[in-house]
Amino acid sequence: MGAIASTGKNVPSFMDNLVGARSGIRRITLWDPSALTVQIAAEVPDYVPTDYFPLKRLDLTDRFAQFALIAAREAMESSQIKIAEEELPRFGVVTGSGMGGTQTLDREFFNLYAKNATRLHPFTIPRMMHNAATSQLCMEFGALGPSLAIATACSSSGHAIGEAFHLIKFGLADIMLAGGTDAPITYGMLRAWESVRVLASGDGNPSRACRPFSADRDGMVIGEGAGIFVLEELEHARRRGAKIYAEIAGYGASSDANHITQPSVEGPARAVRLALDEAKVNPEEVDYINAHGTGTRLNDVTETQVVKGVFGEHARRLAISSTKSMHGHTMGATGAIELVATVMAIERGVIPPTANYTQPDPECDLDYVPNQAREKKVRVAVSNSFAFGGLNAVLLVRRLE
Amino acid sequence: MDVANKVIEIITREQHFEPGKVTIDSTFAELGIDSLDGVNIMFALEEEFKIDIPDAVAQNMRSVRQVVGGLTRVIEGKDISDLVAMAKGQTPAAGN
Repeated sequence: MGAIASTGKNVPSFMDNLVGARSGIRRITLWDPSALTVQIAAEVPDYVPTDYFPLKRLDLTDRFAQFALIAAREAMESSQIKIAEEELPRFGVVTGSGMGGTQTLDREFFNLYAKNATRLHPFTIPRMMHNAATSQLCMEFGALGPSLAIATACSSSGHAIGEAFHLIKFGLADIMLAGGTDAPITYGMLRAWESVRVLASGDGNPSRACRPFSADRDGMVIGEGAGIFVLEELEHARRRGAKIYAEIAGYGASSDANHITQPSVEGPARAVRLALDEAKVNPEEVDYINAHGTGTRLNDVTETQVVKGVFGEHARRLAISSTKSMHGHTMGATGAIELVATVMAIERGVIPPTANYTQPDPECDLDYVPNQAREKKVRVAVSNSFAFGGLNAVLLVRRLE
Repeated sequence: MDVANKVIEIITREQHFEPGKVTIDSTFAELGIDSLDGVNIMFALEEEFKIDIPDAVAQNMRSVRQVVGGLTRVIEGKDISDLVAMAKGQTPAAGN
C-alpha cells in the first residue's frame, strides 16, 4: 500500500498520526484564503514536487497525478513485487478521482477568463484529464492490462478498488494497482464547496474543525492526497511469498436514486449487505467499520441508521470511527486512504479514533472510538464511501489466516 | 533581435536541457523532441514573440533551423503560404 495525505507522506507516518489523533487540518497555505469564509483544508504538508520528480516529468503531471504516483511507488516498493514481461498484459491500473486536474484547470482558466489569454498551455488537457493518474501509473510501471479511471465523487476510490478486485476475481487480471487521488484545494473549488454550505469553518481552531458524530459537528473539511494498493490474485501472492496485509473479500456498489446530494439509508445499506454477502460474512463477524463519517449533520445520522439497519444489535458492539476527523475529506482519494487506515488497523491491531468527539448526539449513539485509538484485534473490517449523487461503495477486508 | 538565439534558449528551457546541447543544426529527432514537446515549444515561442503560428506550420517543424526560418518569416510579416501549403499537402519538409 502507499498513501500520501495531510497526516503523512507515507503509510507508516499516515497511520502513526491517525493513531496518535493528530489532525492534518490547518489554515490553507497553497494560496491566500483570506477572501473565503472557510479558510481551512487538509493539505499535504511541506510537499515539494521536485523531491519526487524531475522537472520534465512535472511538466506533464498535475498535482493529483503526482500524489497517485507517489502512493503507487510506495505500494509497489513495499509489496516487493517483480512483474515479468509476459505478465504485464495481466497487470492493470484503476484509479478514482472526484475532481481530476483541478490545479491545472484552475490556473489555465484564470489565464483565459481573467487575463484574456488567447491560447492555453498545450499540456493542459493531458494534465487535467481524469484518467491522467491511471495513465501515468500505467506508464511508470509498464501496466498493459485493463486500466480505468472512475469518477464517482467521494466513492471514486472505493469503486476503483472494488472494480480492480473484481477484475482479478473474475479472471481478467492477476495484479492491479488500485486506489484514488485528488488535489482539489484551489480557490475556485473552495468557493464552490463553500456555497453548498456543508463545510466546517473551524472557528479559528482548524485541527478541531471536523467532528464526525459529535452533536456539535458542523461540516466537512476538504482534503487532498492519494492511496494506492497492490492487489494480487491470492495464489500468485502466495507463490512468491508476498507479505499479505489483508484479503479483499467483498465489494458492494449501489445507487440511492434519491437525491443529488443527500444520502438515503436504503442505498448505502444495500451496498454494505452486498459486500457482506460476497464475502460470505455474517454481520456479527465485523469488528470495525471505517465510516464515511464526513462530519456533516446529515451524513453522520444517516450512516448511523445504515449501520443499525444492517447490523442490528451488533451495531452496538462493533467499533466505528471516522478518520476524516483528522485527514479531512479527500474526495476521490478518500475511499483508498481510509482503506489504508482500515487495513493497517487489521495489521497493527489498533483502531484509529474519531477525533474531536466532544458531545454525544442522541441520534448518533454508537461506539465511535472517541478521541483515543483503541487496541483491538481486528479480523474483519468494512470501509464505507457514500457519495454525492447517491453512489455508494463498500469494501470488506479481512485478516488472512 | 536574434531569433536563432531566442529559439535555442526557449527549446533549452522547455526541454530542461543542459546549456549548449541545442545548436542551430540540431534536429528534433536528435534532441528527442516528440510532437507533444513540439507543440509546447511552439506555444512558448508564440508567447515570447507575441505571434500566432498556424497549426499546419507548427506541426511540421522538425529542426531548429526550420523553426528559426519559419519564425523569422512570420515575425517579419513575410508570406508563409508555401509553408502552409507544404504542411497541408503532407510533403516532407526540406532541410531534414
